Amino acid sequence: MDIDLIANIIFATIRTGTPLLIVALGELVCEKSGVLNLGQEGMMLMGAVVGFIAAFHSDSITVGFICAMLAGISMSLIFGFITMNLNANQVASGLALTIFGTGLSGFIGLAYVGKALDGVEAIVIPGLGSIPFLGTAFFSHDIIVYLSVFMCIFVYYFFKNTRAGLIVKAVGESPESAQAIGLSVLSVRYMAIMFGGAMAGMAGAYLSLVYTPLWADNMTAGRGWIALALVVFASWRVERVLLGAYLFGAASIVNLILQGYNVSISPNLLATLPYVATILVLVALSSNQAKVKMFAPVSLGKPFHRSN
Amino acid sequence: MLKTRVIKAAIAALASATVLLSAQSFAEATKVAFVYVGPTGDAGWTYAHDKGRQYVEEQFGDKVETTYVESVAEGADSERVIRQLAKSGHDLIFTTSFGYMNPTLKVAKAFPKVAFEHASGYKQSKNVGTYFDRAYEGRYLTGVVAGKMTKSNVLGYVGSFPIPEVIRGINAFTRGAQSVNPDIKVKVVWVSSWYDPGKEREAAETMILQGADVITQHTDSPGPINAAEAKGAYAIGYNSDMAEYGKTAHLTATVHNWGPLYASKVKAVMDGTWKAEDVWGGFADDALILAPFNDAVPQDVRDYVNAQKAAIVDGSLHPFAGPVTAQDGTVKVAEGEVMSDGDMLGFSWYVDGVDGALPK
Repeated sequence: MDIDLIANIIFATIRTGTPLLIVALGELVCEKSGVLNLGQEGMMLMGAVVGFIAAFHSDSITVGFICAMLAGISMSLIFGFITMNLNANQVASGLALTIFGTGLSGFIGLAYVGKALDGVEAIVIPGLGSIPFLGTAFFSHDIIVYLSVFMCIFVYYFFKNTRAGLIVKAVGESPESAQAIGLSVLSVRYMAIMFGGAMAGMAGAYLSLVYTPLWADNMTAGRGWIALALVVFASWRVERVLLGAYLFGAASIVNLILQGYNVSISPNLLATLPYVATILVLVALSSNQAKVKMFAPVSLGKPFHRSN
Repeated sequence: MLKTRVIKAAIAALASATVLLSAQSFAEATKVAFVYVGPTGDAGWTYAHDKGRQYVEEQFGDKVETTYVESVAEGADSERVIRQLAKSGHDLIFTTSFGYMNPTLKVAKAFPKVAFEHASGYKQSKNVGTYFDRAYEGRYLTGVVAGKMTKSNVLGYVGSFPIPEVIRGINAFTRGAQSVNPDIKVKVVWVSSWYDPGKEREAAETMILQGADVITQHTDSPGPINAAEAKGAYAIGYNSDMAEYGKTAHLTATVHNWGPLYASKVKAVMDGTWKAEDVWGGFADDALILAPFNDAVPQDVRDYVNAQKAAIVDGSLHPFAGPVTAQDGTVKVAEGEVMSDGDMLGFSWYVDGVDGALPK
């Protein structure tokens, strides 16, 4: 294996992990506020299709991404209204959102099947990009890859060092106490849900505008679900989400690379790697119940009644 | 998994809704139904079948009424959908995925007056016919194109699952390429999925990094074409014309052309001449076509491929005419002989020229 190839593997790992990272970050913030939204896949698909249509007609990838994020936000608002104003079960509503998004995206995207976009040019960072090995592996990505890393840093900082971050956490841990000290639980949760929606929309658009610049039904192929697992995998810690997303990326790439080198391990077995990794981490985590309780937002998934 | 269950329930509801709609219509038109395994918007397998359905509508106008149910899971759910369609007065039902084989036969038994056509299966009955296209003929010709266009002599093949249908395609492609360029090697990477644009793209890119300069695929999305376009390699599509996704990369594609076959079956039902048979149509029956060539393909290559195609049509060329040698050097088909349909349907070994071992 030559050094160029290794650089290219790292490059591909980062790119494969990026959509997972974006969705998982959104869901992380959402779950930190105590809301479990299983609708990621549906919101991603809506982001993918709306982003594609917008970019197709406007000839602008930026417009595509903005519209995709708006589509994700609209979807998340439906979820927010159902679960918070109508107090419906979050798990069921999230699943419904995924089914709804899958169907609706297929419906509005039908006329765009078979159409193609040009995709996004990579941005080679001046100076850094020409460093051998490191340049290829880390500094010649498209802008969304860099943006996703900045988002990670931002979310990390947000929870660690800002008052707003503390408020989101308080609402997720104990909404009653948060309300007692005068915070509006619902508006905080709405903000978190909308952030999750915007990120899911963006991740969907990353798939349909950058990764494979096309629209086809159900093109997220389960990435929304993997992202949900990723948040648990990361035990609700931002730095672990980053690591986990790239780990998942690597697990799905390694399978393909090894095959190219005629390594005779069953490809079906290799394809299970990311899922095996998830199960192992979940087992490791849950072997210590106290730890799980420590990391998971205490009120995750519980509806909040203002009258309480 | 809960998710699948809910989706299945939704599909079932959708199925009954579709059936209700069509049940209200007039009796004179021949009612034809299609059961699809994927969404019509997949740009691949189901998309091609739906083009066939649209062709039937164009051909017969008012005399035919078509219904389709998409994204029907193989197995028990499909049986319910097929039964609903049979019950609601359809005269002819196409079930377009391998996994519908047993459900189709089971329902057909209960509805002896309804004609059933099952794609890619091998079991027939009194009112169940089977059909498929000889996609390997297209694979062979696109292999010729690849063999002529490659500079590195390494070709990349994105595979879904190592089943006979896919292995047959890989072997035909390899033999086509070898027929014009004995030095070529074909790399295969399996993605363990029929449809995952991202993964298919990564698989193709991996092979390009490892030296392949023409990529083809037996998966359903244009992901591999995207990869070739981005990396400056060539690509050969499958299922439908994927030129739109790779303006410079896409050389040609093997395209299913179900329309004429579907129209002839519908006609037979209208005329009362339909009977259950096994149809395996190739270029000679217009069951498949090659997508238009890219400008990059030189005229002499086009002429050569067209001549080879004519030879396939008139029967003088067979992609698996002997000698056919397996990877380990054993001669599977002796010189002067041609591989039987039965043997082709059961491929479980690579021909010489494929790089790497077939996964067990």
